[in-house]
Amino acid sequence: MTGAAPAEPLLAVERLSVDFTTRQGVVRAVRDVSLSLRAGECLAVVGESGSGKSVTARALLGLAGRTADVRAEILSFEGRDLRRLSPGQWRKLRGRRAGYVLQDALTSLDPLRRVGDEVAEPLEVHGLASRDTLDEQVIELLAEAGVPDADVRYLQYPHELSGGLRQRALIASAIAARPSLLVADEPTTALDVTVQAQVLDLLKGMKDAGTAVLLISHDLAVVARLADHIAILYGGMVVERGPAAALLAAPAHPYAVDLLAAVPSLDGPVTEPPALRSAPPAETGCPYAPRCSLADDRCAAELPTPVPYGPDRMVRCWRPVTDETGRRPRPAPPAQPAPARGRAVVTVRGVTKRFRSPDASWRTAVDDVSFDLMAGEALGLVGESGSGKSTTARIVLAEFEPDAGSVLLDGQAWSGLRERDRRARRSRVQLIDQDPLSSFDPRFTVERVIAEALPGRSRGDAARRGGRDRVVELLGEVGLDAGLLGRRPGQLSGGQRQRVAIARALAPNPEVIVCDEPVSALDVTVQAQILALLARLRREVGVSLLFISHDLGVVRQVCDRVAVMKDGAVVEIGEIDTVFRSPRAAYTRALLAAVPRIDAGPAAGKLASAMDLKGPT
Amino acid sequence: MTVPQTAATATPYDDGVRAAAARSRTSRRRVPRPVPLLAAAFFVLVFVAAAFPGLFASLFAGLFNQGPNVVDPAAALRGPSQGHPFGTDQLGRDVFARVVYGARPSLLVGLGSTLLAGAAGSVWGLLAALGGRVAGEAAMRVADVFLAFPSILMALLVVAVLGPGTGHAVVAITISLAPGFARIVRVQALVVRGSPYVRAATNLGLPPWRILCRHIVPNVLAPLLILATLNVGTAIIAGASLSFLGLGPQPPDPEWGSMLAQARDYLDASWTLAVFPGAAITLTVMSVSVIGRELQARYEGRESR
Amino acid sequence: MPPLARWLSRRLALTLLVLWGAATLAFVGMRLVPGDPARVIAGGVQAHATPEVLDAIRERYGLREPIVVQYAVFLGRLARADLGESYQLNQSVGGVVLEQLGATAALAAGAALLGFALALTLALLTAGRPRARALSRAVEFCAISTPNFWIGILLLTVFSFHLRWFPVLGDDGVAALVLPWVALALPIAGVLSQVTREGLERALDQPFALTARSRGATENRIRLRHALRHAALPVLTLSGWALGELLAGVVVVETVFARQGVGQVVVAAVNGRDFPVVTGVVVLAALCFSLINTGLDLLYRVVDPRMRQAAL
Repeated sequence: MTGAAPAEPLLAVERLSVDFTTRQGVVRAVRDVSLSLRAGECLAVVGESGSGKSVTARALLGLAGRTADVRAEILSFEGRDLRRLSPGQWRKLRGRRAGYVLQDALTSLDPLRRVGDEVAEPLEVHGLASRDTLDEQVIELLAEAGVPDADVRYLQYPHELSGGLRQRALIASAIAARPSLLVADEPTTALDVTVQAQVLDLLKGMKDAGTAVLLISHDLAVVARLADHIAILYGGMVVERGPAAALLAAPAHPYAVDLLAAVPSLDGPVTEPPALRSAPPAETGCPYAPRCSLADDRCAAELPTPVPYGPDRMVRCWRPVTDETGRRPRPAPPAQPAPARGRAVVTVRGVTKRFRSPDASWRTAVDDVSFDLMAGEALGLVGESGSGKSTTARIVLAEFEPDAGSVLLDGQAWSGLRERDRRARRSRVQLIDQDPLSSFDPRFTVERVIAEALPGRSRGDAARRGGRDRVVELLGEVGLDAGLLGRRPGQLSGGQRQRVAIARALAPNPEVIVCDEPVSALDVTVQAQILALLARLRREVGVSLLFISHDLGVVRQVCDRVAVMKDGAVVEIGEIDTVFRSPRAAYTRALLAAVPRIDAGPAAGKLASAMDLKGPT
Repeated sequence: MTVPQTAATATPYDDGVRAAAARSRTSRRRVPRPVPLLAAAFFVLVFVAAAFPGLFASLFAGLFNQGPNVVDPAAALRGPSQGHPFGTDQLGRDVFARVVYGARPSLLVGLGSTLLAGAAGSVWGLLAALGGRVAGEAAMRVADVFLAFPSILMALLVVAVLGPGTGHAVVAITISLAPGFARIVRVQALVVRGSPYVRAATNLGLPPWRILCRHIVPNVLAPLLILATLNVGTAIIAGASLSFLGLGPQPPDPEWGSMLAQARDYLDASWTLAVFPGAAITLTVMSVSVIGRELQARYEGRESR
Repeated sequence: MPPLARWLSRRLALTLLVLWGAATLAFVGMRLVPGDPARVIAGGVQAHATPEVLDAIRERYGLREPIVVQYAVFLGRLARADLGESYQLNQSVGGVVLEQLGATAALAAGAALLGFALALTLALLTAGRPRARALSRAVEFCAISTPNFWIGILLLTVFSFHLRWFPVLGDDGVAALVLPWVALALPIAGVLSQVTREGLERALDQPFALTARSRGATENRIRLRHALRHAALPVLTLSGWALGELLAGVVVVETVFARQGVGQVVVAAVNGRDFPVVTGVVVLAALCFSLINTGLDLLYRVVDPRMRQAAL
C-alpha cells in the first residue's frame, strides 16, 4: 500500500496541538502533531498512557472536551476544514462520516440500553432509517460485524454478551452509517488473543473495503498486523512516523527502538529485557531526553525539529539511531543456574474446583490439574480468561480448598489443613498480582507495607527494631530508593507500585512467588523493566515462580516451563521452547497463531539487530 | 486557529491530564479553605455556648444575671433592642439568652445520639459481617426490621414508652439511627474483608485478630467517622423535631425546637421569635455538614492519591 | 420469569418478617412502660381510679392473662387486620387512622410529587454547567440543612401573616395545602436534586456518553435517552429514605399548620400514652414502607437490566 499513488489524503492534520486548561495551569497534552491518512489505509498512532494518543483521536472528532484548546494549521477531512465547523456541523459529521470505537466495550455501550438500540443510534440520529426497516438494518449490521444470532443478540443487553461480541457490536454501531473513516481507540485491549485476532481481522476487512482506519494502540505488535503507516507518540509529540514495515524493521528514534525492544517476542532468541530508565516526559527540550541513553545537552535544552528520514519517513530527534550509533543486538540473559530439578516445591495433584453459577448450575473452574513446581524454577501458566489459571493460583496460595485432589508444599500437606496449622508456613508462598495498589492497605506507607511482611519481627514497628534497614535493602533490590519509604502507595507510579509489591513478596524470604498477571496493567516499557527485575531476582534469590499470564510472549521471557490451560484443564505442559516451537495440542497451536507479532518478513534479519541500546541503570 | 470542541465530558481520561490535576489537588488541600474554616469557627462558638451558656451570654451581649427563664411580662414580645439583642418572647424572656441556653440540648442530642448510634452500629455491623453465618444473618435481619419503619416512628415509639425529655430524646434518636450505621458498617466490613490487602495480609500468615485490628477495623471506621460527622446534622434536626412536637426537653427549659413551637402562636406579633431559634438550628446543621464534607474531601483525596 | 418470582417471594417473606418484628417491638415497648398498664389506661399514674375501675380495665384489655397469651392474642388480632382499640378515643385504631388517612395522603403525595419535580428540573438544568451548579448547590445545601417546621413557620410568617396569600390554618382546599407542600418538599428536593445531578454528571462522564456523542447525538438526546436513566438508579435507591423523611415531615408539618391527619393522631397518642394507637400506626407504617420499598426495588430491576439476575 505504501506504493499507492499519492492521492489527496482523506484526513490531513498539520501542527495539531491540544492544551487543557485546568485549575492548576495549562497541560499540553498534544503538541505539534501532523498526520495524514488516505482512504483504504490504516494509520496507527502508538504510544504509552499519557502520550496524548487518545486526546489526538478525540480532537479529530471534536470530542476533546470543553476544557480543551485545540489548534491546528491544517485540520481537514474529506476536503472540509474541520476548524470552521459549527457544533451542529460536527454532529452531522460524527457517526455519519467518521465512526469511533472506544476500548472496553462494557462501558462504551450504554449498559442500560439494548444492544440493538445502541447500534441503531447513529441511524436514528442521522435519519438514515425508517422505523419499519430499522430492526432489519441493525440485525444486518450486527451480522456483518460477525455477531452470530444477530436477531437474538440485538434484543440483549451489553452485560449479556461476551467481551468479543460487545466489541463487535460497538464496531457495528460505529460503521452503521457507512463512514469513510473509522477511529478505533485500543479496540482490542481487554480481549483474549484469539478474540483479538478476530476483531483485528474484522477491522482489516473494513480497511480492504475502502474505509480508512485510524488505530490507536499501546501495542506495537497489534498495530503491526493492520497498519500501513505508524506514528509513534511520546509526551504528546510524534517522535517518529513512517511506513509500518520500514519503521518496524529499523526504527530511528531511540524511543521507538526501546519500545520495539520491550515487546516480548515469541520467536527469536530470548534476550535480556532492556533496562530502561523511567522518568516523565520532559517539558523542555526533547521529551524523551530524560530516558534516552543517547541524549546530550542539546537534547535536554532544545526541542528537536522533525527531519525527513528515508522515503516517506520523519523522525523528531537530534541523534537518530543508525546501525553505527545504537542498534546492537541485545545480550542474551546470563545462563540460568540449572535449577536442581530434583526437588518439587509445590506439588499439585488432580486438583478440581467447582463454583456455583448465578443460575444455580455448577461450573468446573479447575478440572483435574496436576503439575510440579521445582525449586528455583519458573513455571508459566497461560490461558485465556476463564481458563482456570487464576483459580489454580488461588488454590496454590491455599486461599480456598480444592474439591478434589491435593496440593503439597515441600512434600508436606498444604491443602486440606486447618487454617491454624497452615498459618505458620503461609509466608513461604507469596503473591504478586495485577493490581498492586489495591493490595496495599490504603492507610499504610510504603515502609509499613513492606515491614509488615518481614519475618519474625513485630511487624510494623520496623523503625524501632532496626527493620527499616531491611526495608531499605529490599527497596534497593527492586530498584527503588529509600526516599519512597514515607510515601503512600497511591502516590507512586504503576511501575513503582509493582516494585513495592515485589519487595513485599520477597520480604518473608519465600520459596514460591505466585505472579498473577503481574505486568498486564503496565505500559510495555515498564513491563519490560518489571520482567527484567523478576528474572534477575530469580537468579539471585533462587525463588520459584508460578507465573500466570495471558500473554505468551511475557511467559516466554520469564519461564523455564509452561502449562497451557483451557476450560480448567492443562492441555499441554513442557519445556517452554519445546512447547512454543512444536506445540502438540491443537489449542496451543491456535493460541500461538493468534498472538500478534511484529512480522518477520523480509525485514526480519534487520529487526533482530534493531535492538536495544541499553543505558546504565 | 482554535477548533471548537462540543463535548461536555470534563476531560478525556488521558493519564497526563489526570496526573497533573491530581498532583496539584494534593498541594491545594494543604491550605484550609475559607468556608470550612468559617464553619469550624461557628461550630466552636456553638460548642462554647452549649458548654458555658452563662459565660457565653454575658460575653457576647453583656447579659449579666439575665437567665433564660427570667420572666418579665411588661417587656413581652419586643423586637431587638439594646438589652435584648434578639428581642423577647411572650413572657418577656430574653430570646438571645434562650437561644444560647438552647444550644446544649441540641448538641447533646446531635452529638450524643450520633456517638452512641455510631458505637452501637459499629459493633452491630461488625458482628453482622464477621460474626459467622448465624449471628451475622440474625444481626442483619434485626437491622432490617428496625430499618423497615421510618426513623421518626421509631423515635416516637421510644418516647411513647420512656416519656419526653432530653435524655429520652437521645435514646430515641440513637435507636433510630443505629441500624443504619450497622448496615453501612456491615457492607464496608465485607468490602474490606474481601479486599486484596486483607488477602495479602492473610498470605503473610498474620493471625486473624491482628488482621482484624490492624487492617479491617481501621479501614471500616475511618470512613464511618466522616459519615457520623455528616449525620450529626440529621440528628440535630431530628431532636429539634421531637421537641417541636413537645416530646423533648420540657418547659420552661429553652430548646430551639420547642421555642419555635411556642413562637408558632405569636407569628403575627413578633418575627424575631420565629427567626432566631430556627437560624440557630440551620446554621449549626450547616456548619457540621461543611466540616463533614471537608473531612470527606480530604479523606477521599488521600485515598485517590 | 422464574428469577423474578423467586425474588418477589423472598421479598414478601421478608416483609412479613419485618411486620412481625415491628409488631413485636411495639408490643415489647408497651410492656416496658413503667407502672401498671391499667393505671396508664385509666388516665396516668397520678389519676385516681378506683380498684373496680382498674379491674374492669384489666378485664377489658386482657391484662390479667400471662404475657405470652397477651402476645399471642395481639398477634392473632393483627393477622386479622385488627389493630385493637384506642385507650382514649373509644374507637378502633383502624377507624381512627382510616378517618385521617385521606388528608395525610394528599399532603404526602403532593409533597413527594413537588419534591421530585423540583429535583429533576433543577438537576437537568444544572448538570454539567459549573456556574449554575454552584448556585444550585448552595440553595440545595440550605434546603437540606433546614428543618421542615422552620420552613413552615417562615412560610407562614411571610405568605400568611404578612402577604396574606394563603390561609393561616385549616384543612379546606388546595390553597391550604400549598404551603405545607412546599415546607415538606424543599428538604427532600434538595437531597434528590444533588443525587440526580451527580448521577447525571457521572453518566455524562462515562465512556458510553462519549460513544453516543461520537455517533452525532445531540446533547439533549444524550441527557434524556442515556444519562437520565443512569441518574434514576441512585434516585430510586434514595427514594426509600426520602419516603421516611416525608413521613417524618408529615408529622411535624401537620403540627405547624394545625392540620388534621395521621401525624396529629400519633403525636396526640404519644403524648397521651395511647399505646394501641401508637402500635397500630407503627405497624401500618412499616407495612406501607415495606411495600413501597419493594415496589421501588422492583422498579430498580426494570430500569437496570443488570440487576435482573440478582437473587435479592
